[in-house]
Amino acid sequence: MVIDDLVAIAEKERAAQKKHVIRCCMAAGCMSSDSKGVKEALDKAVKEAGLEDQVEVRGVGCMKLCCQGPLVQVDSAAEGATVEVNILGQGPLYQKVTPEDAASLIATLKGGKTNVQMGDPKDPFFTEQFSIVLANSGIVNPERIESYIAADGYQALHDVLREMTPKEVLDTILKSGLRGRGGAGYPTGLKWATVAKTASPQKYVICNADEGDPGAFMDRSVLESDPHSVLEGMAIAAYAVGATQGFVYVRAEYPLAISRLQTAIKQAKQHGLLGSGIFESPFNFNIDLRIGAGAFVCGEETALMSSVEGKRGTPRPRPPFPAESGLWGSPTLINNVETLANVAPIIRKGAEWFAGIGTEKSKGTKVFALAGKITNTGLIEVPMGTTLRKIVETMGGGAPDGGKIKAVQTGGPSGGCIPAEALDTPVDYDSLTKLGSIMGSGGMIVMDETTRMVDVARFFMEFCMDESCGKCIPCRAGTVQMHNLLTKILGRKATIRDLKKLEELCDMVKSTSLCGLGQTAPNPVLSTLRFFRNEYTELLQEDLYAGPNGNGNGTKEALSPMI
Amino acid sequence: MAAKTLTIDGKQVSADESVTILDAATDAGIKIPTLCHLDGVYDVGACRLCLVEVAGISKLLPACTTKVSEGMDIKTDSERLRKYRRMTLELLFAERNHVCAVCVDNGHCELQALAYSQGMDHVRYDYCFPKWEVDNTHTLFGMDHNRCILCTRCVRVCWHIEGAGTKNVSGRGGKARIITDLNQPWGTADTCTKCGKCVMACPTGALFNKGSTVGEMERDRTKLEFIVTAREKKQWIAD
Repeated sequence: MVIDDLVAIAEKERAAQKKHVIRCCMAAGCMSSDSKGVKEALDKAVKEAGLEDQVEVRGVGCMKLCCQGPLVQVDSAAEGATVEVNILGQGPLYQKVTPEDAASLIATLKGGKTNVQMGDPKDPFFTEQFSIVLANSGIVNPERIESYIAADGYQALHDVLREMTPKEVLDTILKSGLRGRGGAGYPTGLKWATVAKTASPQKYVICNADEGDPGAFMDRSVLESDPHSVLEGMAIAAYAVGATQGFVYVRAEYPLAISRLQTAIKQAKQHGLLGSGIFESPFNFNIDLRIGAGAFVCGEETALMSSVEGKRGTPRPRPPFPAESGLWGSPTLINNVETLANVAPIIRKGAEWFAGIGTEKSKGTKVFALAGKITNTGLIEVPMGTTLRKIVETMGGGAPDGGKIKAVQTGGPSGGCIPAEALDTPVDYDSLTKLGSIMGSGGMIVMDETTRMVDVARFFMEFCMDESCGKCIPCRAGTVQMHNLLTKILGRKATIRDLKKLEELCDMVKSTSLCGLGQTAPNPVLSTLRFFRNEYTELLQEDLYAGPNGNGNGTKEALSPMI
Repeated sequence: MAAKTLTIDGKQVSADESVTILDAATDAGIKIPTLCHLDGVYDVGACRLCLVEVAGISKLLPACTTKVSEGMDIKTDSERLRKYRRMTLELLFAERNHVCAVCVDNGHCELQALAYSQGMDHVRYDYCFPKWEVDNTHTLFGMDHNRCILCTRCVRVCWHIEGAGTKNVSGRGGKARIITDLNQPWGTADTCTKCGKCVMACPTGALFNKGSTVGEMERDRTKLEFIVTAREKKQWIAD
């Protein structure tokens, strides 16, 4: 493969473009409501209408407004012009399409009418989005590499391999200000530079696709909609740090993402975009898939590496960090799916362009999965620094049925609940940390007035308790006791002393646990206690012996029955 | 070999750069409580009892896996550390059925000794009272999961000292447990060499030699008369 071949593939793909493109969402969300049937029906209807030479029915990735699926968008070229292959869909977006609707949708191409529910492309949900990671999502066919190449795919990899030194790539990423999208927000360029500096003959690149936070589905959508962008990002990262082998660690609960990745890797290998001597340079790089076995803790990098090695997925103390000693003792770069998907666009459009988006300390965009009590459930990508209010109320459409938003939970079981009063906070790493939550991987669960915050805290504690690996004592036994105490509070059997015990345990588990799972497990409790303490105290029983400080040193009279 | 100088509890200490804080402290005669650490096998940093405070680092660091570095100022004992250590022990006692009075290891148990030394005189958390089995199928040894604290010392000696690879961990969280071979009764585990290293490595009474448990003790009825009459005959009074 040389650049001429790449250009030829892109041009051939563009030339084959038909007058009408019907995009049918084939990501997991819409497929669960039979978008596969819809696509088959559309194919059949096109055939019956004899329009095969004019209409392409394209299975694409996520079109973002998941709650209205299956989604179908019909784009037609203006008279005399050609449709650009990969422009953002401009045509009508049909919602909740059923296979029976196919014939009427095809009829609209010839001026017919249809009764299918139509979305408003002018809705802020769409217009306020700023797509970098999701730029190809819902546009390209994730199962055809040609479709990705026609969208300038693998251009960046070519430029990197043929025109840039690894040092220049590192500088570009560093200058762009990209920070890890997995949650902690460590500067990506620094991480790459650390791995690049090690003098090991064997290095690895790992893509962490073990997305496990309840309510989060950003990484799944990226993998299902645009797997090649992640592979390209990995190859660029590997060139920059000097790695020759990559692994994608993806959870087994994402079968569609796994199959799309397998297809993508196979196609990239066939086209010489993975393997030996890529773009006729001395750079070799291979990618293998590793499937998780259903453990949340394997999203923690040291546990993940242990699992890739074929061992029990338990974390180990850091240092040494994976950048020094990771997979099989070799320096290893671990990045999240979304981080890697940002790499190719940064190379293509330049570090300055990327650094111009977002806030001073958080650059670029962030993808969020909106879920919970919100009108528009789905995926959004917005520049860093967008306020929560804009995300939840303007774009998300607020709580359904006129409900009032009470809190937004970000960061999954490691994050916290942000109360409605703080909705004007800009979303960036530092502001969310100040509020006692975290950016996390991007799950955003909206809660309305009917949600009890103690219930929320207990839900996440139960999750952490079940997912604790059992290696260190504070996390293994501490989460059990915290869950017990929360259950006791919810059962109106607890007193102020139990609440004190809970707070003490939160502090202890946070300070002493081995890995991030335990260290952040108390966060949902701590943040709900911070903003909704009255909901806890309302459930407490009177404690005659507690005394004013709640430590058991009550008055003599109160203590006497105990003695 | 390069030496590093550091301060542990106000005491100037020099140590080789390859050693851990725990080694350096032990050399200097400073005792840091440990439970999952065992001399001779690699450390896992799981019990969190050896956490120490290092000036300039906000996180607590495990002494057993953290290497010394130049100028470190370490505190192995503080009000905060003592509190966390007591709580860790309380959590362990509440987690499974640790009943010292009827335990084979009563009197020489590391968990019991730590509870004494750390001043853990009561448990404030609800006991979980889980139902765990006792595996008595082995000819020489027994495994009582009720006493297990999952320190994995037995697993490490089995794999890395004996090289048999019989012991392992299955399950996760509170349901994690030590298994033999592919989760089969210990007596039927083909790989077990009966070396007994796991029993010696066990800090509690979870692994024991058969014949040493309370339930297995032989009753000597001839002593009954002594118990009844000893006081009268003043046989209990030492000369």
